[in-house]
Amino acid sequence: MTHMNIFVLDQDRALDFYTNKLGLKVIIDVPMNKDARWLTVGTLEQPGFEINLTPVHKSILHSEDTAETLRNLISKGTFGVGIFTCTDIMATYEELKAKGVEFIKPPTKEFYGTEALFKDDSGNWFSLAQLTPVNA
Amino acid sequence: MKQPFNPTYPKLYFYRRIVQAKLFIDQHYTENIELRGIAGEAFYSKFHFIRKFKEVYQRTPHQYLSSLRIEQAMKLLAGGMSVAEVCAAVGFEELSSFSRLFKHRTGVNPSVYQSQQQTLQKRIAEAPLTLVPHCFAYQYGVVEKEQFQTNGI
Repeated sequence: MTHMNIFVLDQDRALDFYTNKLGLKVIIDVPMNKDARWLTVGTLEQPGFEINLTPVHKSILHSEDTAETLRNLISKGTFGVGIFTCTDIMATYEELKAKGVEFIKPPTKEFYGTEALFKDDSGNWFSLAQLTPVNA
Repeated sequence: MKQPFNPTYPKLYFYRRIVQAKLFIDQHYTENIELRGIAGEAFYSKFHFIRKFKEVYQRTPHQYLSSLRIEQAMKLLAGGMSVAEVCAAVGFEELSSFSRLFKHRTGVNPSVYQSQQQTLQKRIAEAPLTLVPHCFAYQYGVVEKEQFQTNGI
C-alpha cells in the first residue's frame, strides 16, 4: 500500500496534530478548492507510504447528510483507523502524553506485545504498539 | 480485565527523564547545545546518558540531533532560504559537514534538494491537479467525471 485516507474534521488542525504531535512530515500539500487540499504526511523511515488527511465535506461521494453523519461518528470515536508501531512504547507514550495527545488506554501487555490506544484531534483512534517478534 | 503495563517507579522515572532530554533537544536544536547539557537535563552523567538514550531511541543523542537538524533544514530549504543561511539556522557550524550529512540523509545535496522543491512548488502553483489523484479531486468536484474517466484511473 502506498496511500491511505484518514477522514478528519479539520485539515489545518489535523496537520498540526500529525506533524507537531505525532512527528510525521508533510509529503505534499496541494490546494484544490476552498474545501479541500491534497495533503499527505509520512515518515522518512517509511518512504513510499503516505497518509492522506481527507476532510469530510459534502462531495460527490457524500451528501451533506452523509458528511454530517460521518463527522458525528468520527468525533464520537467510532473508527479505529490503524496501528503505529514503535521501538519503545513507554518512551513514545510519555512523549506523546507530554505533547498533549489523549490516550484512551495506557500501555497494556497483550499476547502480541504492549499496546496503548490514543485519539487524533478528530476522534479517530489508533493503536500504539511495541510488537513482540512472532518467534520471540 | 487486563491490567495496564505499569513499570516500577524507577523505570517510569527513567523514561520521563530520557523523554524530557529528547524534548529538550527538540526545543534547542538550533543552539550550540552540548551533550553535557542534555545529559544534565536528564540528570545523568554523559556516558550513562548516551547509553540510556540509545537504548530507547536506537541512536545516540548526537545522531538524533543531527537528523532533527537535517529535517528542519529540508523545511527551510523548501521555503527558499539560502543553503548557507539554513546551515547556520539549524545549528551547523560548517557548511561542508552540513552538506555531507544532508546528502547522507536525503541522497542529494542541499542545493539540489532546494531546486527540486522549487520545481515542485512551481508545479503546485501552476498545475496543481497534475499532482492530485483524479479519483480524489473528482470527489470534491475539482475535475469532471469525464476527465476522471478518460485519464483511466
